[in-house]
Amino acid sequence: MADFRKLRKQASIYGVATFFTIFCAFPFYWMLITTFKRDSDLFNPTNDPFILNAAPTLDHLRVLFFHTLFLRYLLNTFVVGAAVVIITLLVAVPAAYSLTRWAGRWGEGLGIGIFLTYLVPPTLLFIPLSRVVAFFGLTESIGSLILVYPTFTIPFCTWLLMGFFKSIPPDIEEQALIDGYSRLGALVKVVLPLSISGLLTVVVFAFTLSMQEFIYALAFISVSAQKTVSIGVPTELVRGDVFRWGPLMAAALVASIPVAILYTFFLDRFIAGFTMGAIK
Amino acid sequence: MALVRITGLTKYFNDHKAVDNISLATREGEFLVLLGPSGCGKTTLLRMIAGLEKPSSGEVVIGGRVVNDLPPRVRNIAMVFQSYALYPHMTVFKNISFPLRALKMEKEKINEKVEWAAQMFGIEQLLNRKPRELSGGERQRVALARAMVRMPSVFLLDEPLSNLDAKLRASAREELQQFQRQIGITTIYVTHDQVEAMGLGNRIVVMNHGKVRQIGTPWEVYHEPADTFVATFVGSPPMNLTEQGDVLVGFRPESFLPLEVNQGHGELKQFEFEVSLVEDLGGDRLIYGRLDEQFGRQRVVSRFAPNINFPIEAGRTHLFTVPEGKVKLFDRQTGVRIEKNIPAGEPDGRD
Repeated sequence: MADFRKLRKQASIYGVATFFTIFCAFPFYWMLITTFKRDSDLFNPTNDPFILNAAPTLDHLRVLFFHTLFLRYLLNTFVVGAAVVIITLLVAVPAAYSLTRWAGRWGEGLGIGIFLTYLVPPTLLFIPLSRVVAFFGLTESIGSLILVYPTFTIPFCTWLLMGFFKSIPPDIEEQALIDGYSRLGALVKVVLPLSISGLLTVVVFAFTLSMQEFIYALAFISVSAQKTVSIGVPTELVRGDVFRWGPLMAAALVASIPVAILYTFFLDRFIAGFTMGAIK
Repeated sequence: MALVRITGLTKYFNDHKAVDNISLATREGEFLVLLGPSGCGKTTLLRMIAGLEKPSSGEVVIGGRVVNDLPPRVRNIAMVFQSYALYPHMTVFKNISFPLRALKMEKEKINEKVEWAAQMFGIEQLLNRKPRELSGGERQRVALARAMVRMPSVFLLDEPLSNLDAKLRASAREELQQFQRQIGITTIYVTHDQVEAMGLGNRIVVMNHGKVRQIGTPWEVYHEPADTFVATFVGSPPMNLTEQGDVLVGFRPESFLPLEVNQGHGELKQFEFEVSLVEDLGGDRLIYGRLDEQFGRQRVVSRFAPNINFPIEAGRTHLFTVPEGKVKLFDRQTGVRIEKNIPAGEPDGRD
């Protein structure tokens, strides 16, 4: 009886897990097979769409890499992402720290206020921001994106980091002050190492947000060589009503691989329990 | 080594006066205990000495230097928090060497000093562990070693024993006292536990509502309390207080004994004592009951040391006495001690 119950419990757990795994992995599977499908296979409505019906081909990847500026887009995306991550950290870390430790009971409200600006949609902001971009002479360059993306990464990441800083007991920081360090020294030597999972979350978040951003990139950049993946791929591979599904899917697949690796690599760092044993 | 002197120190939190015009000074190498109930301002006082809290008014002087506007790092003090505040991301070695690295000390010198401190607290074998792998007692030792390692001029401790279980606390208390004597650093120790205060302190500062009620040796605080707060806060069970006219008559449970036991101890003040409960604690016996009408049937406690074999049982009334010298009188309105003899009442029993 007990064995049966145990078995049933396990079966239901694995059943649910299997369902969600398939649910999440299916888009990637679709991207994968479409990337390697011949056009004749892809556009034949009598074929089974879930499998490869003909021998795989590298044609779509060839189009992507040699007939578009895809590598350039990847590079632009990476440069923008890295710059945005650095700017975000430089601003959000001190902002979140002072809001949690010094702003007192205003801190929480201010933090939420800052977070709310994140919710203003880019569709409202891109017109006024285009004036700002023009003012700095950054039109038609990735510089415009490096300028604009922090406007939504900083509010969100500040709010996110506030939660992490709040979880660090003030005792530990005060101990560092007594042990001979300045506020800044305590921040660098004690607070930042203890919020490493928060910092990594910020890095991944800011990077993915700027990687997937579409509206600003579309509004500010029309020169091919300055495009990022998120606008380069759809603007160059969708011509009128012709969707080049093979190269489109290949682009999506290639662009998602580094992100997947990044997430997997840092996953265990996200798992908290890092500050355990600090007190008591 | 340094002296700490505080003059007129006051701290407001918004409208609340947490510390109210406190002045006191430590003596060289002294173990000074700040004792009081929670919320009495003792921790705030300690934090102002450490520089973690800015005084609203008054002066803090450490080693002859006014430190009011100096940050904690230049005050050359060490502090152990109630939570120990070990750095969870560092090994025990890194934790202990942390204050030394702030001084930019040479590596070899750091190793030498950490070894010395670790040896003193018997934690050499733990140097490579992380705080989360340590027991409560071990964490406390690491925190003490970290505080001691750079030989501060003043040592501040904020209830460092309160997270230990009762058994460990007693041994830790003894060790702490030994270390302090050995090193001779002026120490200010905050606690709400009067047993700890009595056992550790050279002198005790009893505080309540942000004010100092009494400063004195453990003996003075226990036997010559300055007011009713000190009388009832120190000692367990606390001093008995009974109303008699305009004064409160106070006496310790262990001086409140049957006539037969107290005979031969000079002049005695007598009370009719109706026993309601006898509690045998193994060693001592606690006798609970009420005084007669003359004292408003006030509840009082008597404590029999193990060598007192006087037979006593609940429900009976006995003639109890207190030697005159052990009777303390307090003003009924203010609770302040009155230094005069017992007012006329029942004739005193003599032998």
